[in-house]
Amino acid sequence: MKFPYSEKVLEHFRNPRNVGQIENPDGKAVEGSPACGDMVAVYIKVDSKTQKIKDIKFESYGCASNIATGSIITELAKGKTLQEAKKINWKQASEALGGLPSIKVHCSVLAVEGLRAAIQDYEDRHGVVKKKEPTTEKVVRKRLRHVMNPLTGLDVVRTNLIKEINIEKGVVKIKVGLPPDHQFASNIKEEITEKIKPLWDVEEVNVLFVDESE
Amino acid sequence: MENQLIYLDNAASTRMDERVLEAMKPYFFDVYAVASSEFGYSMGIQAREDLDKARGEIASKLGASQKELIFTSGATESSNTAVKGVSLALEKKKGKHIITSKIEDFPVLNSIKALEKRGYKATYIDVDKEGFLDIDQLKDSITEETILVSIQHANQEIGTIQDIEKIGKICREKGVIFHTDATHSFTRLPLDVSETPVDLITVSAHTLHGPKGVGGLYIREKTPLSKWMDGGFQESNFRAGIENIPGAVGFAKAVELVNPEENQRLENLRDRLIQKMLSDIPQTTLNGPRKRRLPQNANITIHYVEGESITLHLDMRGFAVSTGSACFSRSLEASHVIMGIGGDHERAHGSVRFTLGRYNSPEDVDSVVEALSEVTQKLREISPLKKENKEVKKK
Repeated sequence: MKFPYSEKVLEHFRNPRNVGQIENPDGKAVEGSPACGDMVAVYIKVDSKTQKIKDIKFESYGCASNIATGSIITELAKGKTLQEAKKINWKQASEALGGLPSIKVHCSVLAVEGLRAAIQDYEDRHGVVKKKEPTTEKVVRKRLRHVMNPLTGLDVVRTNLIKEINIEKGVVKIKVGLPPDHQFASNIKEEITEKIKPLWDVEEVNVLFVDESE
Repeated sequence: MENQLIYLDNAASTRMDERVLEAMKPYFFDVYAVASSEFGYSMGIQAREDLDKARGEIASKLGASQKELIFTSGATESSNTAVKGVSLALEKKKGKHIITSKIEDFPVLNSIKALEKRGYKATYIDVDKEGFLDIDQLKDSITEETILVSIQHANQEIGTIQDIEKIGKICREKGVIFHTDATHSFTRLPLDVSETPVDLITVSAHTLHGPKGVGGLYIREKTPLSKWMDGGFQESNFRAGIENIPGAVGFAKAVELVNPEENQRLENLRDRLIQKMLSDIPQTTLNGPRKRRLPQNANITIHYVEGESITLHLDMRGFAVSTGSACFSRSLEASHVIMGIGGDHERAHGSVRFTLGRYNSPEDVDSVVEALSEVTQKLREISPLKKENKEVKKK
């Protein structure tokens, strides 16, 4: 009998490594959303002198490939410098797992994005970014690519839900093309706020819903 | 490992009953001729007689006469024949409007979608949170152009039983043909065409411990239905192709072997399963109704965990179940049934379906709940959702 998953994937699925939370993490990120499917949380502790990842933990609300990828990236990232860890990509994670079925790519990409986002979070909080880039519409748009549109499972930018972005004196106004009483409205609002609020020069995030379909 | 598997996916397929195989055997080795007219040779005449005997036995279970049932290759072909056959017969005479429900199974749903691409209009009737059809909406949706209403007898995922008698009466009053997909209810629930005004019924052997690859379509006399697969004149000229006589005989035997005692036993098992899951595993929601539900079906959502992870863990422990999670489906789409009853992606994500059959025992039910409880605990340990709920289940 043949499973679609490699032995290595099944082994990490059965016994995932580095599971759980880190109290007072130096960086953390949640990628995905329960509304559209899988979800991964990544927590890191960073040695401020060496810039190495001292400890890393993950949590998953997802399928076997999501859990296994979360597990393998913690192993790959542990002990690496932030610069090295940032470069870990999905292909490396997949290879380390002995391959993943192509239909499962999107579930496993989340874990890799989770690691990058946790590092980004660390850099945002600790001012590691060499020159602080002011938040522009482009920056906001890039971040919003990680917010999923639960109606389609694709991100809100690609699915044209973001109608307008306005940035003025630290206040970011985002217009979303959905009726305010839409079943996912509060979920999307929460996710957008979570992604934009941590930017260093953002004080306030206003998410407005405008129904343009009618 | 395979030997110890506890199979709880009987809506997808069933283990064939040995008695069915015994009934089929002679039609592979002794009476293997194609069914022929009375002017043929004797083995062909024998084949014809035995095929019609099987046909009569299955038809009588529906209160129908022998000539009102044709054999097909399964539920998918039966439903395609019903939907496409009626459309071909009536599109020029009456119109191009079809009514169905949001939670129908794919043979009906995708047959209608295929017709929509060719200019048909379709109305998808809503269901309530337990899966019961909005019958008033159905009634209001029927127009002069409506040629067919296709509403399933019972749902494939959440077991909801529709009031097809009431639906049939509305269709009869309005002069619209009514098809029902009874793949999961045939022999498990009573259905008699002399009482229920239904014109077309999809049935299949694979859900009844019969062989795969054989199904049937009940066609009430004088129902307008055009042939859509061309070839010979078999099956009263409704379905071309060499008859699957061993399959037909096996189907009839499988039907004979289902009895009310077995259905009551399955219902008891189902109730035990539902009660145990809801009481032993915290943060669970039953999908579908408690009553007016298929005797063999249970479906729950286990919150904060994902369905494919559950099924894989259960498989490693020797249980076969199914889930409505997008990660499990070939299309990466969450169950349209769970979404149809007003559920969200989260509810579909952690939904698990258990369907019982002849070879399941109360011990199987107890052991799957025990395994499910362990698996849930394990997966919730690593879930980033709802910390407070993780505490609840630790006894």
